Amino acid sequence: MPKAHPIPRKSFISRNPSVLYFLAALGLFTAIVALLSEATGAGLISTSFVKTLGKTLCLCLIAIAMDVVWGYCGILSLGHFAFFGIGGYAIGMWLMYARTEIIVVNSLSGQIIPPTPNEISDAIGNQIFGVVGSSEFPLLWTFADNLYIQLALVLIVPGVLALIFGWLAFRSRVTGVYLSILTQAMTLALSLYLFQNDSGLRGNNGLSGLQNIPGFADSGQDAVSIVFFLASALALGFGYLLFAWITDSKLGSIIQAIREDESRARFLGYHVESYKLFVFTITAIVAGIAGALYYPQAGIINPAEIAPIASIYLAVWVAIGGRGRLYGAVIGAALVSLFSSWFTGGGAPNINLGFYEIQWVDWWLVLLGLTFVLVTLFAPNGIGGLFDKLVRKS
Amino acid sequence: MSSLLEMSGICKSFDGFQAINNLSLNIGEPELRAVIGPNGAGKTTFMDIITGKTKPDTGTILFGDENRSLIGMSESQIAMLGIGRKFQKPTVFEAQTVRENLAMALENPRGPFSVLFYKKSDQGTARLMEIAQETNLTDHLPRLAGELSHGQKQWLEIGMLLAQSPRLLLVDEPAAGMTAHEREHTTNILKKAAETRAVIVVEHDMEFVRRLNCKVTVLHEGSVLAEGSLDHVTKNQTVIDVYLGRTDVRD
Repeated sequence: MPKAHPIPRKSFISRNPSVLYFLAALGLFTAIVALLSEATGAGLISTSFVKTLGKTLCLCLIAIAMDVVWGYCGILSLGHFAFFGIGGYAIGMWLMYARTEIIVVNSLSGQIIPPTPNEISDAIGNQIFGVVGSSEFPLLWTFADNLYIQLALVLIVPGVLALIFGWLAFRSRVTGVYLSILTQAMTLALSLYLFQNDSGLRGNNGLSGLQNIPGFADSGQDAVSIVFFLASALALGFGYLLFAWITDSKLGSIIQAIREDESRARFLGYHVESYKLFVFTITAIVAGIAGALYYPQAGIINPAEIAPIASIYLAVWVAIGGRGRLYGAVIGAALVSLFSSWFTGGGAPNINLGFYEIQWVDWWLVLLGLTFVLVTLFAPNGIGGLFDKLVRKS
Repeated sequence: MSSLLEMSGICKSFDGFQAINNLSLNIGEPELRAVIGPNGAGKTTFMDIITGKTKPDTGTILFGDENRSLIGMSESQIAMLGIGRKFQKPTVFEAQTVRENLAMALENPRGPFSVLFYKKSDQGTARLMEIAQETNLTDHLPRLAGELSHGQKQWLEIGMLLAQSPRLLLVDEPAAGMTAHEREHTTNILKKAAETRAVIVVEHDMEFVRRLNCKVTVLHEGSVLAEGSLDHVTKNQTVIDVYLGRTDVRD
């Protein structure tokens, strides 16, 4: 950090104290979870719960991306989970390939005649694609054996898709609800395509066993889970900093102007489409990163993950948490997704009314819908907005 | 006074309705010009065509020393050439402060990346303060634009136009909804702006036009009906018949 700026101006942090509070809270939370996890031997937090928390951090990351694109720039994208899923698939391909390769090589190594590379490749293909009645490697898997290329694809594929989709949509000046519908169509089309067995990504089986990291078979899930948890926390921290910096810059001011009155921004000389494209693409890339961290913790990805409803949930989180403030998105995503897994995972005790038993597995969505309606009616700025009021009062 | 904007033979129809009919108009630099006309005379379409919001069916628009054709350019390109527009309803960005509103309008590179890495300059701040002074908004810089009074919003919008340093300013009904005192100040701002650039004011209020004390163009059914000083055009019999004779116009 450079000190002593020649012109006395407020620094980024003093303009945005919430960034510091957020990073401190995130750091504290991460340290506590890591210390109490099974990896350190304390074991107060189970490995599966560490994974849940790690996944939640990834959801918070995509939620702040959604907040930038919707809350700040006013583009109600209902397709950002497609980018999340693509990130998951991109890393999942390498995970599955590399692990299958290790297993295949081990099992063939007992033979008297060492297997040829072709035999190994066929065996891997059989293992992975047998389930959809194939053993050929589709073109999509060309680079699946190379971790670095697949990691690059985590960024490139969502970025390029968002760039093309956004370019087409924004230059035709599709806005508002029509744009939302288009983004829904995009994620639906992608998910329908992936459901096909010949899509090259194992159809509705998706990619599985992603929690087993190749080369770390001996490390045990308690250690693997904490590494991914820490990586997710780091990604969320950096993502938060990045978006806080973007929204604090003059560009943040322009995108909010676009949200308020697009044509006015045009008459000021701003090429609105380029701004939207920039925001849409950078948030898609961050969504891809979030997905690439999420699915190794979930263990499995299938096309149902990027069904249109997923992206709608994302908008609901951000709305409940409070649009236009990054911590709002974090609060919304964390609370709703954690409550969701508590209610649907049997954590919440069912309520017996005598004549009827409220089973949360079924009733959770009703509760969520009700919360959404209440928040929209009584706290249009979400939980983050209530929080702001408290801070201003004190 | 050299010619800054030359419009000739502009026609535009919407679903058979001839909004602009063979309109020709020249604006010099510097010049203050008032455009008046009854409702439906094509005043707004006229502005839309210059600023690129509406594409004319026929005709040419040439702008600047190099006589660049504006037809086919996007709104933001035309804005960057030096044409600023103020809307009838004050449109400022209400969720942002007055300072942020003005800063957005300041003359600076407009690309997303140069804006992302933009650093405040002392020069920019000085210019911003100067405009705030001119528009009586110095004390209101940290306030949200949405909290301003109607008149102050109009000034802020004019201030944003000035911040763009345009060569041609299009101002749509700047005095609407203002108190007498506010009108006077608005007149001064516009007159001062017109000392160094071209300003076109579209206005209904004849008293306000009289105060501007400038050449007047009367639009009727999409073309120029009369042009000259206010006294000259108000004596024109056709103008009296189609416009001034109407009961909905004051004065």
